Amino acid sequence: MMDKLRNKNNKLFLNILLIIIFASIIILLDTKKIGDAYIRRILNLSAIYAIVSVSMNLVNGFTGLFSLGQAGFMAIGAYTVAIFTVPLAARAKIFYITPQNPVLAQIELPFVIALILGGLLAALVALLIGLPVLRLKSDYLAIATLGFSEIIRIVFTNIKSITNGALGIKNIPTMPTMWVFFGIAIISIGFMWLLINSSYGRAFKAIREDEVAAEAMGINLFKHKVMSFSIGAFFAGIGGGLLATLFATVDPNQFYFPVTYNFLLIIVLGGMGSISGTIIASFVVTSGLEILRFFDEPLSMFGVNIPLFRPGLRMVIFSILLMVLVLFFRNGLLGQKELSWKLIFDLLSGKKSRKRTGEGGAAQ
Amino acid sequence: MTGEIFMQQLANGISLGSLYALLAIGYTMVYGILRLINFAHGDIFMFSIITFNIPWFIAIIIIIIATVTLGVLVEKAAYRPLRNAPRMSIMISAIGASFLLENLATYLFTGVPRGFPDIKVLTSTVKLGSLSLTVATLITPFVTLVLLYLVLFITNKTKIGMAMRAVSKDFETAKLMGININQVISITFIIGSFLAAIGAVLWGSRYPSVMPLMGVMPGLKCFIAAVLGGIGNTTGAVLGGFILGMAEIMLITFLPAFTGYRDAMAFVILIVVLLVKPTGLLGEKVTDKV
Repeated sequence: MMDKLRNKNNKLFLNILLIIIFASIIILLDTKKIGDAYIRRILNLSAIYAIVSVSMNLVNGFTGLFSLGQAGFMAIGAYTVAIFTVPLAARAKIFYITPQNPVLAQIELPFVIALILGGLLAALVALLIGLPVLRLKSDYLAIATLGFSEIIRIVFTNIKSITNGALGIKNIPTMPTMWVFFGIAIISIGFMWLLINSSYGRAFKAIREDEVAAEAMGINLFKHKVMSFSIGAFFAGIGGGLLATLFATVDPNQFYFPVTYNFLLIIVLGGMGSISGTIIASFVVTSGLEILRFFDEPLSMFGVNIPLFRPGLRMVIFSILLMVLVLFFRNGLLGQKELSWKLIFDLLSGKKSRKRTGEGGAAQ
Repeated sequence: MTGEIFMQQLANGISLGSLYALLAIGYTMVYGILRLINFAHGDIFMFSIITFNIPWFIAIIIIIIATVTLGVLVEKAAYRPLRNAPRMSIMISAIGASFLLENLATYLFTGVPRGFPDIKVLTSTVKLGSLSLTVATLITPFVTLVLLYLVLFITNKTKIGMAMRAVSKDFETAKLMGININQVISITFIIGSFLAAIGAVLWGSRYPSVMPLMGVMPGLKCFIAAVLGGIGNTTGAVLGGFILGMAEIMLITFLPAFTGYRDAMAFVILIVVLLVKPTGLLGEKVTDKV
């Protein structure tokens, strides 16, 4: 009994310690005491990827809908932020071939409002798409969402007076602090965590496990599917908006559908149905992709050029990784479990509470 | 719009449609048997175009063999190990295979568009009255119809075809009846990839710009064609391919302002079909078993 209590206090202490460490690292990075712009950029990108991946996991991992539309919803969020936050004075220079739509050319919104508007627009589009598409079965749903993500991109390439077409929009105001990205990531993921642990979340999981049984239990399948899909799209839109301000530029090619495969890799690695796993995987994959960049550089060892290393190798390794994960470590890092101190202690002391098949994924 | 241009575009539409049809057969056969979208099919098709860089008469044979090998390889490596896995894993594996082929092609051949070798026999033009068409445009529909006949012959008249139909009707029972499932699936992939290779040669003669991501859009469209015709139905796939190709060319002809949306149109068609007649034009009604 005593032991248990101490353990509980220990965990609280460890949690607080972890939060302090995390916060101080970010503060140190943010005030430019440690790290450089490159590291800050990768971490910001990881935070954004974490939002989008958790939103995709909400739809794919928790509700069991195989949706591949994340890139399209991100594009909506990114473009909303781009269109409304670029200073009015800079607009004419950006839209120099096709003038900007006269109404839009007069509107400038603060970043947060544009960001939320982007999320809402993404959710609205998801709602409209979802009404017909979510009646489809798994693989049709995948193709249809992928198709819609492409349609969104094609439309954005073609409505030049609003999106500036293939040229994209430049000079999007950037954010001065990392807390914008990390703060919004914490709020968004926190919201989705609460959602998943609410009665709605239980309904989502029930749908994932067995649609027919869920329906028999009185769960309104369609309502919950549309809800999960739209909320997922909302946060993908938020992620897209953050991406726009991080890169300071958007163009349609950033949202070509293979982008969605990045998030697919992240949720497969982290575990379909695990939020903490997804967050860890976001940071691992995003920084991994950066670290792997040396594969794209020509490499010479002892004066001999190793011919294997040339542009493109990184993505080959990336896709092989996805294949290996899904073929051999289908549960990813955490499967459907969440990271907890108990799990870590069990792991450290070599005690295995249950048979864990997904552990090999940690080798990545 | 003169009648002449219309006829020219009609011929184009039929030809493009039959190219789609060739690829769509591959999708529909695999889907019929494995209930799986072979995401990598479009990329297998791309690989056979992109590697095509030696004298054509040797190349065609090598390409066909290589493509068929690739198709079977993808099935063995990416789909077979997951035969009893959850559906989502299989689909992720299919996407992974497709993504791997695209990246591999980018790595091997760079993302810069390459030219497709000029096969004189196929690219020379023929005058038909006032129309001038390339040989490729002219023969594609006939090639497609002949191959469709062949595929129908195999599935309906041969022993292996009977096995295919059995597997597609009921996977488990077919297994119990002593059908070698893996062999049947391999043969399905061989046929699909063979048609993709033929389609690739004709496609390359028509659109000679070749790059690693070129297989994606035709791949998705041909899957849509297969759904439109009724997934699992070979004749339906060809019909769907024709309709889709024709619709695309007609969109460009009559509404040139919407040319930028030609890729989007296929998806609109897909959504409409799935909502109005999910079984497609020639598909059979399938009821879900609980």
